[in-house]
Amino acid sequence: MRIVVDFDLCESNAVCMGIAPEIFEVRDDDFLYVLDENPPESMRAKMEESVQRCPKQAISIAED
Amino acid sequence: MNSTTVIVGASLAGINAARTLRLQGREGPIIVVDADPERPYDRPPLSKQMLTGEWEREKILLPAGKEDLGLDFRLGVRAKALDLSARQITLEGTGGAVETTAFDSLVIASGASARRLPESAGVAGVHVVRTLADSLALRDELDAGPTRVVVVGAGFIGAEVASSCRKRGLEVTLVEAMPLPLERILGVEMGKVCAQVHIENGVDLRLGTGVLQLETETVDGVEKVVGVALTDGTTVAAEVVVVGIGVTLNTEWLEGSGLTLDDGVVCDNTLLAAPGVVAAGDIARYPSARFGRMLRVEHWETAIAGGEAAARTLLAEASGETPAVFDPIPWFWSDQYDRKIQLAGRPMPTDQCVVVHGSTEEFRFVALYGDGDRLTGVLGMNRPRHVVQLRAIFEEGASFSEACERAASL
Repeated sequence: MRIVVDFDLCESNAVCMGIAPEIFEVRDDDFLYVLDENPPESMRAKMEESVQRCPKQAISIAED
Repeated sequence: MNSTTVIVGASLAGINAARTLRLQGREGPIIVVDADPERPYDRPPLSKQMLTGEWEREKILLPAGKEDLGLDFRLGVRAKALDLSARQITLEGTGGAVETTAFDSLVIASGASARRLPESAGVAGVHVVRTLADSLALRDELDAGPTRVVVVGAGFIGAEVASSCRKRGLEVTLVEAMPLPLERILGVEMGKVCAQVHIENGVDLRLGTGVLQLETETVDGVEKVVGVALTDGTTVAAEVVVVGIGVTLNTEWLEGSGLTLDDGVVCDNTLLAAPGVVAAGDIARYPSARFGRMLRVEHWETAIAGGEAAARTLLAEASGETPAVFDPIPWFWSDQYDRKIQLAGRPMPTDQCVVVHGSTEEFRFVALYGDGDRLTGVLGMNRPRHVVQLRAIFEEGASFSEACERAASL
Protein backbone atom coordinates (compact mmCIF):
# COMPACT_ATOMS: atom_id res chain seq x y z
CA MET A 1 0.00 0.00 0.00
CA ARG A 2 1.22 3.45 -0.90
CA ILE A 3 -0.04 6.70 0.63
CA VAL A 4 -0.80 9.45 -1.85
CA VAL A 5 -1.50 13.00 -0.67
CA ASP A 6 -2.88 15.60 -3.04
CA PHE A 7 -0.97 18.59 -1.74
CA ASP A 8 -3.10 20.97 -3.78
CA LEU A 9 -6.05 19.89 -1.63
CA CYS A 10 -4.26 19.42 1.70
CA GLU A 11 -4.81 22.34 4.02
CA SER A 12 -3.00 20.94 7.03
CA ASN A 13 -5.89 20.31 9.36
CA ALA A 14 -3.59 17.64 10.84
CA VAL A 15 -6.41 15.15 11.37
CA CYS A 16 -4.26 12.42 9.79
CA MET A 17 -1.44 13.25 12.18
CA GLY A 18 -3.85 12.74 15.06
CA ILE A 19 -4.72 9.28 13.74
CA ALA A 20 -1.25 8.12 12.66
CA PRO A 21 1.59 10.38 13.84
CA GLU A 22 4.12 7.74 12.74
CA ILE A 23 3.07 8.32 9.11
CA PHE A 24 1.80 11.90 8.93
CA GLU A 25 3.48 14.94 10.43
CA VAL A 26 2.43 18.57 10.21
CA ARG A 27 5.50 20.63 11.07
CA ASP A 28 5.98 24.15 12.32
CA ASP A 29 5.82 25.46 8.76
CA ASP A 30 2.19 24.20 8.78
CA PHE A 31 2.88 21.78 5.93
CA LEU A 32 2.15 18.07 5.98
CA TYR A 33 5.02 15.63 5.53
CA VAL A 34 4.46 11.94 4.83
CA LEU A 35 7.07 10.14 6.93
CA ASP A 36 6.51 6.74 5.35
CA GLU A 37 4.83 6.53 1.96
CA ASN A 38 4.69 2.73 2.17
CA PRO A 39 3.31 1.97 5.60
CA PRO A 40 3.18 -1.64 6.73
CA GLU A 41 -0.01 -3.62 6.16
CA SER A 42 -0.61 -3.59 9.92
CA MET A 43 -1.45 0.11 9.60
CA ARG A 44 -4.17 -0.33 6.99
CA ALA A 45 -7.09 0.41 9.34
CA LYS A 46 -5.45 3.66 10.46
CA MET A 47 -4.66 4.62 6.88
CA GLU A 48 -8.26 4.02 5.84
CA GLU A 49 -9.45 6.07 8.80
CA SER A 50 -7.12 8.87 7.71
CA VAL A 51 -8.60 8.75 4.21
CA GLN A 52 -12.16 8.92 5.57
CA ARG A 53 -11.48 11.64 8.13
CA CYS A 54 -9.49 14.01 5.92
CA PRO A 55 -11.69 17.11 5.68
CA LYS A 56 -10.35 17.82 2.21
CA GLN A 57 -10.39 14.29 0.77
CA ALA A 58 -6.70 14.82 0.08
CA ILE A 59 -5.44 11.35 1.05
CA SER A 60 -5.77 8.17 -0.95
CA ILE A 61 -4.30 4.68 -0.86
CA ALA A 62 -2.69 3.25 -4.00
CA GLU A 63 -2.20 -0.49 -4.29
CA ASP A 64 1.03 -0.97 -6.20
CA MET B 1 -30.43 -11.31 8.94
CA ASN B 2 -32.34 -9.85 5.98
CA SER B 3 -33.78 -6.81 7.71
CA THR B 4 -34.67 -3.41 6.30
CA THR B 5 -32.75 -0.37 7.48
CA VAL B 6 -34.03 3.12 6.84
CA ILE B 7 -31.63 6.04 7.17
CA VAL B 8 -33.16 9.51 7.21
CA GLY B 9 -30.50 11.95 6.03
CA ALA B 10 -27.96 11.39 3.24
CA SER B 11 -25.44 13.87 4.52
CA LEU B 12 -22.26 13.05 6.42
CA ALA B 13 -23.82 11.22 9.40
CA GLY B 14 -26.36 9.25 7.37
CA ILE B 15 -24.01 8.22 4.61
CA ASN B 16 -21.33 7.10 7.06
CA ALA B 17 -23.89 5.11 9.01
CA ALA B 18 -24.94 3.43 5.76
CA ARG B 19 -21.35 2.75 4.78
CA THR B 20 -20.46 1.28 8.17
CA LEU B 21 -23.55 -0.94 8.24
CA ARG B 22 -22.80 -2.32 4.80
CA LEU B 23 -19.07 -2.78 5.32
CA GLN B 24 -19.73 -4.50 8.65
CA GLY B 25 -22.00 -7.01 6.94
CA ARG B 26 -25.55 -5.70 7.30
CA GLU B 27 -27.56 -7.38 4.57
CA GLY B 28 -30.97 -6.48 3.23
CA PRO B 29 -32.21 -3.16 1.93
CA ILE B 30 -30.64 0.04 3.25
CA ILE B 31 -32.92 2.88 2.21
CA VAL B 32 -31.33 6.32 2.43
CA VAL B 33 -33.82 9.17 2.36
CA ASP B 34 -33.10 12.88 2.07
CA ALA B 35 -35.25 15.89 1.27
CA ASP B 36 -32.28 17.36 -0.61
CA PRO B 37 -32.40 16.11 -4.23
CA GLU B 38 -28.62 16.33 -4.68
CA ARG B 39 -26.27 13.36 -4.46
CA PRO B 40 -24.59 13.31 -1.03
CA TYR B 41 -22.14 16.19 -0.72
CA ASP B 42 -19.79 17.74 1.75
CA ARG B 43 -20.94 20.97 3.39
CA PRO B 44 -17.79 22.79 4.57
CA PRO B 45 -16.89 23.99 1.03
CA LEU B 46 -20.36 25.56 0.64
CA SER B 47 -19.27 28.68 2.54
CA LYS B 48 -15.73 28.63 1.15
CA GLN B 49 -14.47 27.11 -2.13
CA MET B 50 -17.95 26.90 -3.67
CA LEU B 51 -18.69 30.55 -2.87
CA THR B 52 -15.37 31.86 -4.13
CA GLY B 53 -15.88 29.86 -7.32
CA GLU B 54 -12.67 27.83 -6.87
CA TRP B 55 -14.56 24.52 -6.82
CA GLU B 56 -17.42 23.04 -8.79
CA ARG B 57 -20.08 20.70 -7.46
CA GLU B 58 -18.39 17.47 -8.63
CA LYS B 59 -15.56 18.20 -6.23
CA ILE B 60 -17.73 18.20 -3.13
CA LEU B 61 -19.53 14.90 -3.70
CA LEU B 62 -18.92 12.59 -0.74
CA PRO B 63 -16.77 9.58 -1.65
CA ALA B 64 -19.04 7.25 0.35
CA GLY B 65 -21.98 8.37 -1.81
CA LYS B 66 -20.10 7.23 -4.91
CA GLU B 67 -19.08 3.81 -3.55
CA ASP B 68 -20.95 0.73 -4.65
CA LEU B 69 -22.59 -0.12 -1.34
CA GLY B 70 -25.91 -1.26 -2.75
CA LEU B 71 -27.82 1.57 -1.08
CA ASP B 72 -31.35 2.44 -2.11
CA PHE B 73 -31.20 6.23 -2.35
CA ARG B 74 -34.48 8.14 -2.18
CA LEU B 75 -33.34 11.70 -2.82
CA GLY B 76 -35.81 14.58 -2.85
CA VAL B 77 -37.93 12.51 -0.47
CA ARG B 78 -38.93 13.91 2.90
CA ALA B 79 -39.63 11.96 6.08
CA LYS B 80 -43.03 13.07 7.33
CA ALA B 81 -43.88 10.88 10.29
CA LEU B 82 -42.61 8.02 12.40
CA ASP B 83 -44.76 5.32 13.95
CA LEU B 84 -42.44 3.63 16.39
CA SER B 85 -44.81 0.89 17.57
CA ALA B 86 -45.73 -0.12 14.00
CA ARG B 87 -42.11 0.39 12.93
CA GLN B 88 -43.19 2.40 9.92
CA ILE B 89 -42.04 5.66 8.47
CA THR B 90 -44.10 7.94 6.23
CA LEU B 91 -42.25 9.45 3.29
CA GLU B 92 -43.30 12.20 0.90
CA GLY B 93 -41.84 12.26 -2.59
CA THR B 94 -41.16 15.26 -4.80
CA GLY B 95 -44.61 15.15 -6.42
CA GLY B 96 -46.28 15.01 -3.02
CA ALA B 97 -46.85 11.26 -3.23
CA VAL B 98 -46.96 9.76 0.25
CA GLU B 99 -45.88 6.23 1.04
CA THR B 100 -45.34 4.22 4.17
CA THR B 101 -42.26 2.07 4.55
CA ALA B 102 -41.66 -0.57 7.20
CA PHE B 103 -38.26 -0.83 8.83
CA ASP B 104 -36.42 -3.01 11.31
CA SER B 105 -33.68 -0.49 12.07
CA LEU B 106 -33.80 3.29 11.78
CA VAL B 107 -30.99 5.84 11.70
CA ILE B 108 -32.16 9.39 12.37
CA ALA B 109 -29.74 11.82 10.74
CA SER B 110 -32.13 14.41 9.37
CA GLY B 111 -29.89 17.23 10.54
CA ALA B 112 -30.91 20.85 10.63
CA SER B 113 -32.11 23.71 8.47
CA ALA B 114 -30.80 27.26 8.42
CA ARG B 115 -32.78 29.75 10.48
CA ARG B 116 -34.10 32.65 8.48
CA LEU B 117 -35.03 36.22 9.32
CA PRO B 118 -38.73 36.81 9.84
CA GLU B 119 -40.53 38.25 6.82
CA SER B 120 -37.65 37.37 4.50
CA ALA B 121 -39.43 34.60 2.62
CA GLY B 122 -39.61 35.36 -1.07
CA VAL B 123 -37.42 38.47 -0.83
CA ALA B 124 -34.81 38.35 -3.60
CA GLY B 125 -31.22 38.88 -2.55
CA VAL B 126 -31.62 37.32 0.91
CA HIS B 127 -29.70 34.08 1.38
CA VAL B 128 -28.78 31.36 3.83
CA VAL B 129 -25.97 28.83 3.30
CA ARG B 130 -26.91 25.31 4.27
CA THR B 131 -27.45 23.34 1.08
CA LEU B 132 -25.65 23.13 -2.24
CA ALA B 133 -28.58 24.93 -3.86
CA ASP B 134 -28.23 27.76 -1.28
CA SER B 135 -24.53 28.08 -2.01
CA LEU B 136 -24.95 28.11 -5.80
CA ALA B 137 -27.77 30.68 -5.59
CA LEU B 138 -25.61 32.98 -3.46
CA ARG B 139 -22.62 32.46 -5.75
CA ASP B 140 -24.68 33.58 -8.75
CA GLU B 141 -25.48 36.84 -6.98
CA LEU B 142 -21.87 37.37 -5.91
CA ASP B 143 -20.82 36.82 -9.55
CA ALA B 144 -22.96 39.83 -10.45
CA GLY B 145 -20.63 42.00 -8.33
CA PRO B 146 -22.85 43.63 -5.69
CA THR B 147 -21.51 46.86 -4.24
CA ARG B 148 -21.95 45.52 -0.71
CA VAL B 149 -22.90 42.30 1.03
CA VAL B 150 -24.39 42.35 4.53
CA VAL B 151 -23.74 39.20 6.52
CA VAL B 152 -26.04 38.78 9.52
CA GLY B 153 -24.44 36.71 12.29
CA ALA B 154 -20.69 36.45 12.94
CA GLY B 155 -20.70 32.76 13.85
CA PHE B 156 -18.66 30.30 11.82
CA ILE B 157 -20.90 30.36 8.73
CA GLY B 158 -21.17 34.15 8.77
CA ALA B 159 -17.43 34.54 9.28
CA GLU B 160 -16.60 32.18 6.43
CA VAL B 161 -19.09 33.84 4.08
CA ALA B 162 -17.61 37.25 4.97
CA SER B 163 -14.16 35.84 4.28
CA SER B 164 -15.19 34.37 0.90
CA CYS B 165 -16.80 37.68 -0.12
CA ARG B 166 -13.64 39.60 0.80
CA LYS B 167 -11.59 37.11 -1.25
CA ARG B 168 -13.78 38.07 -4.19
CA GLY B 169 -13.00 41.73 -3.53
CA LEU B 170 -16.50 42.58 -2.33
CA GLU B 171 -17.30 45.10 0.41
CA VAL B 172 -18.74 43.37 3.47
CA THR B 173 -20.63 44.53 6.54
CA LEU B 174 -20.80 41.84 9.22
CA VAL B 175 -23.53 42.30 11.82
CA GLU B 176 -23.47 40.49 15.15
CA ALA B 177 -26.03 40.82 17.93
CA MET B 178 -23.56 39.79 20.65
CA PRO B 179 -20.86 42.20 21.85
CA LEU B 180 -18.19 39.97 20.25
CA PRO B 181 -18.11 37.25 17.59
CA LEU B 182 -18.16 33.67 18.89
CA GLU B 183 -18.23 34.93 22.47
CA ARG B 184 -20.61 32.18 23.58
CA ILE B 185 -18.26 29.52 22.21
CA LEU B 186 -14.78 30.93 22.76
CA GLY B 187 -15.27 33.49 25.52
CA VAL B 188 -14.55 37.23 25.62
CA GLU B 189 -10.79 37.17 25.16
CA MET B 190 -10.80 34.99 22.05
CA GLY B 191 -13.94 36.72 20.76
CA LYS B 192 -11.86 39.93 20.67
CA VAL B 193 -9.17 38.18 18.63
CA CYS B 194 -11.77 36.91 16.15
CA ALA B 195 -13.25 40.42 15.85
CA GLN B 196 -9.79 41.79 15.09
CA VAL B 197 -9.28 39.20 12.31
CA HIS B 198 -12.38 40.53 10.53
CA ILE B 199 -11.31 44.13 10.95
CA GLU B 200 -7.78 43.45 9.68
CA ASN B 201 -9.31 41.91 6.59
CA GLY B 202 -11.29 45.01 5.76
CA VAL B 203 -14.72 43.98 7.04
CA ASP B 204 -17.07 46.64 8.39
CA LEU B 205 -17.87 44.87 11.67
CA ARG B 206 -20.99 45.99 13.58
CA LEU B 207 -21.13 44.39 17.02
CA GLY B 208 -23.90 44.38 19.60
CA THR B 209 -26.55 45.22 17.06
CA GLY B 210 -29.36 43.19 15.57
CA VAL B 211 -31.47 43.46 12.47
CA LEU B 212 -34.53 45.67 12.83
CA GLN B 213 -35.87 44.95 9.36
CA LEU B 214 -34.93 44.36 5.77
CA GLU B 215 -35.33 47.34 3.46
CA THR B 216 -36.85 46.23 0.18
CA GLU B 217 -38.00 47.60 -3.15
CA THR B 218 -40.47 46.02 -5.52
CA VAL B 219 -39.60 46.25 -9.20
CA ASP B 220 -41.70 44.47 -11.84
CA GLY B 221 -43.49 42.57 -9.11
CA VAL B 222 -40.27 41.25 -7.56
CA GLU B 223 -39.52 42.32 -4.00
CA LYS B 224 -35.77 42.72 -3.65
CA VAL B 225 -33.60 43.63 -0.70
CA VAL B 226 -31.82 46.99 -0.91
CA GLY B 227 -30.52 47.29 2.63
CA VAL B 228 -30.73 46.32 6.26
CA ALA B 229 -32.01 48.54 9.06
CA LEU B 230 -30.17 47.76 12.28
CA THR B 231 -31.34 48.09 15.89
CA ASP B 232 -28.63 50.71 16.53
CA GLY B 233 -30.60 53.05 14.25
CA THR B 234 -28.29 52.83 11.23
CA THR B 235 -29.10 51.40 7.81
CA VAL B 236 -26.64 49.60 5.56
CA ALA B 237 -27.35 49.57 1.83
CA ALA B 238 -26.71 46.20 0.21
CA GLU B 239 -27.99 44.19 -2.75
CA VAL B 240 -27.14 40.89 -1.08
CA VAL B 241 -27.86 39.81 2.50
CA VAL B 242 -26.60 36.51 3.89
CA VAL B 243 -28.15 35.26 7.11
CA GLY B 244 -26.08 33.00 9.36
CA ILE B 245 -28.01 32.94 12.63
CA GLY B 246 -27.94 29.27 13.44
CA VAL B 247 -30.15 26.33 12.66
CA THR B 248 -33.47 24.72 13.43
CA LEU B 249 -33.32 20.97 13.93
CA ASN B 250 -35.30 18.83 11.50
CA THR B 251 -37.33 17.02 14.14
CA GLU B 252 -40.90 17.94 13.03
CA TRP B 253 -41.44 14.45 11.61
CA LEU B 254 -40.59 12.92 14.99
CA GLU B 255 -43.23 14.84 16.97
CA GLY B 256 -45.60 12.41 18.62
CA SER B 257 -43.44 9.41 17.69
CA GLY B 258 -42.71 8.57 21.30
CA LEU B 259 -39.03 9.46 21.00
CA THR B 260 -37.78 11.98 23.52
CA LEU B 261 -37.13 15.30 21.80
CA ASP B 262 -35.30 17.99 23.74
CA ASP B 263 -33.21 20.23 21.49
CA GLY B 264 -32.48 17.13 19.43
CA VAL B 265 -33.23 13.44 19.65
CA VAL B 266 -32.27 12.31 23.13
CA CYS B 267 -30.08 9.21 22.98
CA ASP B 268 -28.15 7.11 25.46
CA ASN B 269 -24.35 7.12 25.48
CA THR B 270 -24.29 4.72 22.52
CA LEU B 271 -26.57 6.96 20.39
CA LEU B 272 -29.49 4.58 20.85
CA ALA B 273 -32.80 6.50 21.01
CA ALA B 274 -35.13 3.49 21.22
CA PRO B 275 -34.75 -0.22 20.46
CA GLY B 276 -33.48 -0.45 16.87
CA VAL B 277 -33.43 3.34 16.52
CA VAL B 278 -30.26 5.44 16.62
CA ALA B 279 -29.51 9.10 15.94
CA ALA B 280 -26.37 10.77 14.63
CA GLY B 281 -25.04 14.12 13.48
CA ASP B 282 -26.43 17.55 14.35
CA ILE B 283 -29.66 16.10 15.68
CA ALA B 284 -28.31 13.64 18.28
CA ARG B 285 -28.15 14.68 21.94
CA TYR B 286 -26.20 12.27 24.10
CA PRO B 287 -24.75 12.18 27.61
CA SER B 288 -21.01 12.85 27.68
CA ALA B 289 -19.20 11.54 30.73
CA ARG B 290 -16.12 13.41 29.55
CA PHE B 291 -17.85 16.78 29.74
CA GLY B 292 -20.32 15.85 32.47
CA ARG B 293 -23.40 16.98 30.56
CA MET B 294 -25.64 16.26 27.60
CA LEU B 295 -24.00 17.30 24.33
CA ARG B 296 -25.32 17.97 20.87
CA VAL B 297 -22.48 18.66 18.48
CA GLU B 298 -22.87 20.21 15.02
CA HIS B 299 -19.33 19.49 13.83
CA TRP B 300 -18.21 17.77 10.63
CA GLU B 301 -16.08 15.15 12.35
CA THR B 302 -18.77 14.33 14.91
CA ALA B 303 -21.17 13.64 12.04
CA ILE B 304 -18.78 11.04 10.58
CA ALA B 305 -17.86 9.49 13.93
CA GLY B 306 -21.47 9.58 15.12
CA GLY B 307 -22.76 7.97 11.93
CA GLU B 308 -20.22 5.18 12.30
CA ALA B 309 -20.89 4.76 16.02
CA ALA B 310 -24.67 4.72 15.55
CA ALA B 311 -24.31 2.00 12.90
CA ARG B 312 -22.11 -0.05 15.21
CA THR B 313 -24.67 0.31 17.98
CA LEU B 314 -27.36 -1.13 15.70
CA LEU B 315 -25.07 -4.01 14.74
CA ALA B 316 -24.14 -4.71 18.36
CA GLU B 317 -27.78 -4.61 19.39
CA ALA B 318 -28.74 -7.05 16.64
CA SER B 319 -26.02 -9.51 17.63
CA GLY B 320 -26.62 -9.20 21.36
CA GLU B 321 -23.31 -7.50 22.08
CA THR B 322 -22.74 -4.45 24.23
CA PRO B 323 -22.47 -1.33 22.07
CA ALA B 324 -19.48 0.99 22.54
CA VAL B 325 -19.85 4.28 24.36
CA PHE B 326 -19.77 7.36 22.10
CA ASP B 327 -17.88 10.17 23.82
CA PRO B 328 -15.23 11.66 21.52
CA ILE B 329 -13.61 15.04 22.02
CA PRO B 330 -15.53 17.32 19.66
CA TRP B 331 -13.27 18.99 17.11
CA PHE B 332 -13.80 21.44 14.29
CA TRP B 333 -12.00 23.85 12.06
CA SER B 334 -13.01 27.09 10.41
CA ASP B 335 -11.08 28.83 7.64
CA GLN B 336 -11.41 32.59 7.70
CA TYR B 337 -9.24 34.70 5.39
CA ASP B 338 -5.75 33.24 5.79
CA ARG B 339 -6.41 32.02 9.32
CA LYS B 340 -7.35 28.49 10.35
CA ILE B 341 -9.22 28.28 13.64
CA GLN B 342 -9.42 24.85 15.27
CA LEU B 343 -11.10 23.96 18.52
CA ALA B 344 -10.96 20.62 20.30
CA GLY B 345 -13.27 20.23 23.27
CA ARG B 346 -16.29 22.06 24.59
CA PRO B 347 -15.22 24.98 26.78
CA MET B 348 -17.74 27.19 28.55
CA PRO B 349 -17.29 30.90 27.75
CA THR B 350 -16.54 31.52 31.42
CA ASP B 351 -13.67 29.00 31.58
CA GLN B 352 -10.17 30.33 32.06
CA CYS B 353 -8.21 30.66 28.83
CA VAL B 354 -4.41 30.71 28.68
CA VAL B 355 -2.25 31.18 25.57
CA VAL B 356 0.44 28.47 25.68
CA HIS B 357 2.10 29.00 22.29
CA GLY B 358 2.58 32.00 20.02
CA SER B 359 0.63 35.18 20.57
CA THR B 360 -2.79 36.57 19.77
CA GLU B 361 -1.11 39.71 18.36
CA GLU B 362 0.36 37.70 15.48
CA PHE B 363 -2.87 35.66 15.13
CA ARG B 364 -0.86 32.45 15.42
CA PHE B 365 -1.29 30.78 18.77
CA VAL B 366 -2.64 27.94 20.85
CA ALA B 367 -4.76 28.52 23.94
CA LEU B 368 -6.04 26.08 26.53
CA TYR B 369 -9.36 26.36 28.34
CA GLY B 370 -9.89 25.06 31.85
CA ASP B 371 -12.68 24.83 34.39
CA GLY B 372 -10.65 24.78 37.58
CA ASP B 373 -8.01 22.17 36.78
CA ARG B 374 -10.25 20.33 34.32
CA LEU B 375 -9.10 20.77 30.72
CA THR B 376 -12.11 21.76 28.58
CA GLY B 377 -10.69 22.98 25.29
CA VAL B 378 -7.74 23.47 22.96
CA LEU B 379 -8.01 26.43 20.60
CA GLY B 380 -5.56 27.05 17.80
CA MET B 381 -5.18 29.76 15.21
CA ASN B 382 -2.81 28.66 12.43
CA ARG B 383 -1.31 26.05 14.75
CA PRO B 384 -2.66 22.71 13.48
CA ARG B 385 0.27 20.66 14.76
CA HIS B 386 -0.11 21.87 18.32
CA VAL B 387 -3.86 21.43 18.30
CA VAL B 388 -3.63 17.80 17.22
CA GLN B 389 -0.89 17.05 19.74
CA LEU B 390 -2.77 18.72 22.57
CA ARG B 391 -5.95 16.99 21.53
CA ALA B 392 -4.13 13.66 22.03
CA ILE B 393 -3.04 14.81 25.49
CA PHE B 394 -6.66 15.85 26.15
CA GLU B 395 -7.80 12.40 25.04
CA GLU B 396 -5.44 10.81 27.57
CA GLY B 397 -7.29 12.68 30.29
CA ALA B 398 -4.69 15.31 31.15
CA SER B 399 -5.63 18.04 33.61
CA PHE B 400 -5.47 21.74 32.68
CA SER B 401 -2.17 22.33 34.51
CA GLU B 402 -0.66 19.15 33.09
CA ALA B 403 -1.66 20.16 29.56
CA CYS B 404 -0.16 23.64 30.08
CA GLU B 405 3.06 22.04 31.22
CA ARG B 406 3.25 19.59 28.35
CA ALA B 407 2.31 22.28 25.82
CA ALA B 408 5.51 24.13 26.70
CA SER B 409 7.62 21.24 25.41
CA LEU B 410 5.75 20.69 22.11
